Amino acid sequence: MTLAVFFGCAFIAFGPAFSLFVFTIVKDPLRIIILIAGAFFWLLSLLLSSLVWFIAVKACNGVQDPTLHRALLIFGVFFSVLLQEVFRFAYYRLLRKANEGLASISDEDGLDISVRQMAYVAGLGFGIMSGAFSMINILSDSLGPGTVGIFGDSQYYFVTAALMTLALTLLHTFWGVVFFEGCEKSRWWVIAAVVALHLLVAGLSLLNPLYEASLPPVYGITLLMAVWAFFSSGGSLHNLNTLCTRRKAEEESAQ
Amino acid sequence: MRKMEDLISINYVKLLIIALFYTCVSCSSVEKKIYVELNDTVPCVRLLNATHQIGCQSSMSGDTGVLHVLESEEDLDWILNTGPHPPYMIVMETAFFNRSVMLRMKNSSRVSGVAVIVSKTGLAENFSPHTTCPNQNTGVYSASYGPELANCNVTAWNPLGNGLSYEDFSFPVFALKDENQTQVIRKCYEEHNLRVNGSAPQYPLCAMQLFSHMHAVTDTVTCMRRTDLQNRFSINPEVMCDPLSDFNVWSSTRPLNNSAKGHKANESVVIAATRLDGRSFFWEEAPAAEGTVSGIVTLLAAVHALQPVTQQAPPPRNIFFTFFQGEAFDYIGSSKMVYDMERNEFVIDLDNVHSMLEIGQVGLRSGRNLWMHSDPVSLTNSSVMDEVTKMTDNMQSIADGLHISLAKLNVTQPLPPSSLQRFLRVRPIPGLVLADHQTSFINRYYESVYDDAENLNVSYPPNLSPDEQLVFETEEAKSLAEVATLVARSLYKQAGGEERNLNNITADPRIVAQLLYGFLIQKNNSWFRSLLPPEVTKKGANSILSSGPPQFYIGVGPRNIGPVHSVTRFVQYIMANLTGAATNLTETQCQNPESKDLFSYFWVSGPSSVNSSGEPFCVRAPVRLAKAVSPAFERMEYGSRDYSTWTESRWKSIRARVFLVASRELEMLTLGVGVAVLLLSLMVTYFISSKADLLFSSARETPTTTY
Repeated sequence: MTLAVFFGCAFIAFGPAFSLFVFTIVKDPLRIIILIAGAFFWLLSLLLSSLVWFIAVKACNGVQDPTLHRALLIFGVFFSVLLQEVFRFAYYRLLRKANEGLASISDEDGLDISVRQMAYVAGLGFGIMSGAFSMINILSDSLGPGTVGIFGDSQYYFVTAALMTLALTLLHTFWGVVFFEGCEKSRWWVIAAVVALHLLVAGLSLLNPLYEASLPPVYGITLLMAVWAFFSSGGSLHNLNTLCTRRKAEEESAQ
Repeated sequence: MRKMEDLISINYVKLLIIALFYTCVSCSSVEKKIYVELNDTVPCVRLLNATHQIGCQSSMSGDTGVLHVLESEEDLDWILNTGPHPPYMIVMETAFFNRSVMLRMKNSSRVSGVAVIVSKTGLAENFSPHTTCPNQNTGVYSASYGPELANCNVTAWNPLGNGLSYEDFSFPVFALKDENQTQVIRKCYEEHNLRVNGSAPQYPLCAMQLFSHMHAVTDTVTCMRRTDLQNRFSINPEVMCDPLSDFNVWSSTRPLNNSAKGHKANESVVIAATRLDGRSFFWEEAPAAEGTVSGIVTLLAAVHALQPVTQQAPPPRNIFFTFFQGEAFDYIGSSKMVYDMERNEFVIDLDNVHSMLEIGQVGLRSGRNLWMHSDPVSLTNSSVMDEVTKMTDNMQSIADGLHISLAKLNVTQPLPPSSLQRFLRVRPIPGLVLADHQTSFINRYYESVYDDAENLNVSYPPNLSPDEQLVFETEEAKSLAEVATLVARSLYKQAGGEERNLNNITADPRIVAQLLYGFLIQKNNSWFRSLLPPEVTKKGANSILSSGPPQFYIGVGPRNIGPVHSVTRFVQYIMANLTGAATNLTETQCQNPESKDLFSYFWVSGPSSVNSSGEPFCVRAPVRLAKAVSPAFERMEYGSRDYSTWTESRWKSIRARVFLVASRELEMLTLGVGVAVLLLSLMVTYFISSKADLLFSSARETPTTTY
């Protein structure tokens, strides 16, 4: 009956990404292309960072010092984060260059895609792929029959892993939006802030298995990024206000 | 290390590790956090004969159950009736592994498997999972041959036998041998599953999963039919079961021309036989010390003792030594040899056989007693009677000279289970079976995992190095050497040898000690290494020379360590070295000699000293292997009542692992949260995307987003 855990974790980790995909991406072929290409760029960064990791581990082979292993791990994590951000920038440059070409293969109605949309779709691509990579293995093991804990680990391991993946997918999306906005407007501090937050989240994940110490801050950052992304993609309090008032007006008129 | 594993839990780290692991080992680190694999386990597997299946099996995906350590009757009640978390996976000490407990579990649906901790602590006074009447239906006694003796009516040979090995269990049964792994299981049980004041333990609970799914079902007939069908119609035929098979080892004092089959003119042989295999409840875990090793060692020592005399003063008759494989499973080896002799496909035929002396269980002589068993039915034939009487008189006088109390049994008792019975089925051959028991077996652990060195009283004083142990002459070695001397002299006399040479025949207790050490304590010893081919000794632990004593279960044809069973190989090479002559052939000449008709050639390592690895040389000896597979499979009579029909089922994987299982509430909670997250995100996304143009339209810019 660990099928329940499998589906529960799968829904938690990929539910939001799935619904975003269904409602915002799937209608437009161009968006799908950008999404896939975004995922591909993330994979490229993974390839490079795993190469570096491999070399680093080979170099330290045979040393049984736990502090060295930990240092290696921290180095690997931060290096990987930096690589991902480099590839995000590379992807931005590519999309910028390819913008007109993309527009020409887009629908004839001239429904060309804006940079903000591209940012959102690319970010989601990054998020889905990184979420998939951090979760698939855990998901396959969640099928059971066993659960984590024989070595004294928390039995909430699968749920927390799924929640972390969920946060990560969303974070990548928001980072994508904010990062592209920063690039577009040449606000380097924005890019620096994104990289710093990414490093912070990665660093927080190193606190595991102290889930109380890692999960709430990560969700706090996710919330912060959501607000930031909302504003940087053209949202404003005014808009929210109109939405609310319109809704009220609709309700009143309905009455 | 654990801390480090925790770190890899999520996120990028994980990816990096995955990338690394895919290149090094294909095992996810999450799995390592969940499961403890138990490596040193021994399963009970399914065997089939013409009518039944015996043994154990799990379901296709393994059987899982909450661990419960069986320590008292109270636990048994908890498992079978009151415990709230069925099915249970039972871990039991040796003391509980008996028929009544196992049958209660068999009849309960609340048991998903059993793991037995094989240890000597709490071992019962006696334990034999074999039947009370071994090889009941394939011996000589039947409705047409001594009906009053059939089915062990006169003597139950193994009265302690509880028949556990011949039960069919629908759940897996494993033996745990490794002390550390037993400790892991115990710790997990005590931390999670221990009842506090009689109340049920709380989740997460410790559980175990055993995989031993068997491909074959019902019986050999069904399984062979399915295999044959697949062979005929399938491109990738999947074999369901394999006949138990290996090789008999035989030799003779005068070489016989192996390329000419059938009757040998002017040849009369005295057969000296013993069995080469044993079994136990568990697969490939048969030490068979008293049951088999005592016979093998005695006969090998006798072969060695006879060697010089038969060269200097050859007796008129030939002495034919043979070790029968698969005798525990309805006489596979002897029935095959007799079958081949009948059809002129063996090097001699039945007309060449003068008489037979078989060595049974001879290791547990209380008060130096030995008994000669004979077949009362064939004794009604006067010529057989004369020959047997002559033989017993001869042996008695030799035994008197050796101060062994040897007694002939009265003629109302049938033969114990023995290869001689297979010869008697086709011809009244004069023969005796030498054994240490008058009626039922003295062996209290017949065909069980406890029939080991300890059962045979082979023990060494402390502080002996392996090499000192190898040559240490225990009481048992001296005792068996006496028996071997008796056997050797009797054979020489039986072969017509002269009385005055008898005193020159004495078995060397040192050889017996070495044989006992090799077969019961450590097969990877310097003596065995010097007798075996260099390629075997070089391979070390991967070859047949792994650490520990050999096991005597016959097994099936092609093995991962080579085509021949390790014990068969040992006996073959020991015989070759004890009786053969060293030649100065080179390695290639040795492997491809000009003529193999009279002799086999063996390339052996040679004795090695501390600083040199020994000089390999070529040994020439009339030692042969003969296929030991039941004639039932040659004749495709899978339902045969005359021949052994035992097959061993095939399987994909045998493994065991321990882990925790989560409570149902937690699982459902996870699912609930998952569904909630999915629905919530669907609603929120739908709402936002439908209002996107409102939300994301900035006053300063033209509307850019059209979500």
